[in-house]
Order: sequence, then C-alpha cells, then structure tokens
Amino acid sequence: MKRLISSILGFLIAFCPLAAQAQSDVQMADGMRAEGKIYVVVAIILIVLSGLIAYLVMLDRKVNKLEKLVSDKNK
Amino acid sequence: MKNWLKIVAVVLLFYVHIGGMLFDVPRLNILNETIRALYFHVPRWFGMVLLFLLSVYYSVRYLRNPVPENDYKAVEYANVGLVFGILGMLTGMLWANYAWGSPWHGDPKQNGAAIALLVYMAYFVLRGSIENEEQKGRLSAVYNIFAFAAMVPLIFIIPRMTSSMHPGSGGNPAFNMYDLDSKMRLIFYPAVVGWFLIGIWIVALRVRIRVVEEKIIEIENEKTY
Repeated sequence: MKRLISSILGFLIAFCPLAAQAQSDVQMADGMRAEGKIYVVVAIILIVLSGLIAYLVMLDRKVNKLEKLVSDKNK
Repeated sequence: MKNWLKIVAVVLLFYVHIGGMLFDVPRLNILNETIRALYFHVPRWFGMVLLFLLSVYYSVRYLRNPVPENDYKAVEYANVGLVFGILGMLTGMLWANYAWGSPWHGDPKQNGAAIALLVYMAYFVLRGSIENEEQKGRLSAVYNIFAFAAMVPLIFIIPRMTSSMHPGSGGNPAFNMYDLDSKMRLIFYPAVVGWFLIGIWIVALRVRIRVVEEKIIEIENEKTY
C-alpha cells in the first residue's frame, strides 16, 4: 500500500509543472499554481465527483434490491 | 455491467480530474488556461457518439430479433447519449463565449451538433407518439438508424469541408494544434474511456429499471386474471 501511494505521488510530481515553470509571454494561471490555490479547486471538483459517484453506487444498490423484491414476489 | 469496469471508470475519472487540473498544458494565446476544457468538453462528444453507436447496434438487433430487451437497450443508450450531447453543447457554449467571443458563433460543427441533437430528440418524440409496443419498437429502430446516419456527416464530414473554428475542421486532422504536447493525450483518452464507462453504467441501471417495471406490470396483470 505504501509503495502504491509513493509511486502514485511520484507519478504526479513528475508531471506537475510546479518546479520548473517555463516563463513565456502567454498568460497562464501561474500565480494560482504558485500559491497552491489550484489544490482547492482540485479538492472541490473531487468532492463533487465522488458525491455523484457515491450517488450512482447507491442507485445501483437500490435497483439490486428492487430486482430481488420482484423476483421474490414472482415465486 | 461488470463491477471491475465501474471501478476502472471511477479510478480513471479521479485521475483525469486531478491530472486535468495539475499537469502541464501547452501555452497558447487566446486559449490560455481554458485549453484544459478539452479534457472535460470533448469526452462528452466522444461518449455521445459511442453511446449512439451502441444504440444503433441494438436497434439493428431489434429489427432482426424483436425481443423487448433489445428495444430497451436501444432507447436507453440513445437517452444517455443525448444527455452527454446536451452537456457537451452547454460546456461548448461556455467555452466558445471566452475563446471565440460569443456562445453561438454559427460554427459549422456547432450547428451540425445542434441539428444532430434535434434529430435524436425527434426519436423520443416518435416513440412517445406510438401506443403499440411492437410498432413503437420497429418504427423507432428504423428511425434510429436514420438518425445515426444523419449524425455522422453533420458532425464529422460537413465541418471538415468548410472552415470551422473547431480544431480538426477545414481539412486539418483533429488535435494537430495540440500535437505540441502529446502529454494532453495522457489525460484526454482516459477521460473519454472513463466517461464512456460511466455512461454505460447509467444505461445498465436504466435498462434494469425498465425490466423491473415490466415484471411488475406482468405480476399485476396475472393478479387481475
């Protein structure tokens, strides 16, 4: 598990642009990244995503229950 | 739908939402940071086309073998595909407002996609207007094949023959301008797969609900006799 987490983190760091921010004349949200506020945005969309997926899982379980109920009644 | 596929979808989406925000993207004028919208807007359309393709597959199967299950699947794939398309349209309009200056530009691909969505909405109007189940299934299956055949040129061919502001139009292959950075593909393709799998998951749920509904009606009918 520890190994898995560290390899995931390593992968993320390898792709993160934080360390070497290439300066160019095109405006990007570099300041937001430097301050780390981008993680707030990431956290928020992850909360929304996990909430929606949890909802989908609960719906799945509910349909399972309904299917059982109907097949029991059919006997 | 297999459980491991659901897990794959969730893992891919988490990866996409983290990577889509944090990984490096090409620095382009006008687009600036909104280039990241590619990870969230385009998978909607890829997902829609794939779902419509499956819908047409089940429509053809229904015409060859008219069992209700094939009809349910055809409808639900089209239904979820339409939701994907509407979300794609809304996200595209918001992006266009900032990248092109206004939400509706009369861009050929945008117009084509809007017409394709209307063609698919007519599919549900057609279904709603027929009472007899078998007739409904047969007619709507035939219409579904037409709708898919109309969507392909509207989205993939006509925009390429004229000049469009969408990348991949006016003759140039899609994603050419992003080729600067093939890292974007590392997030874009998982996003397509992840959202497509979520779409299939929702379809599977809706089909199962339909089957349960039918069974309940059957039980009720047996009681009355």
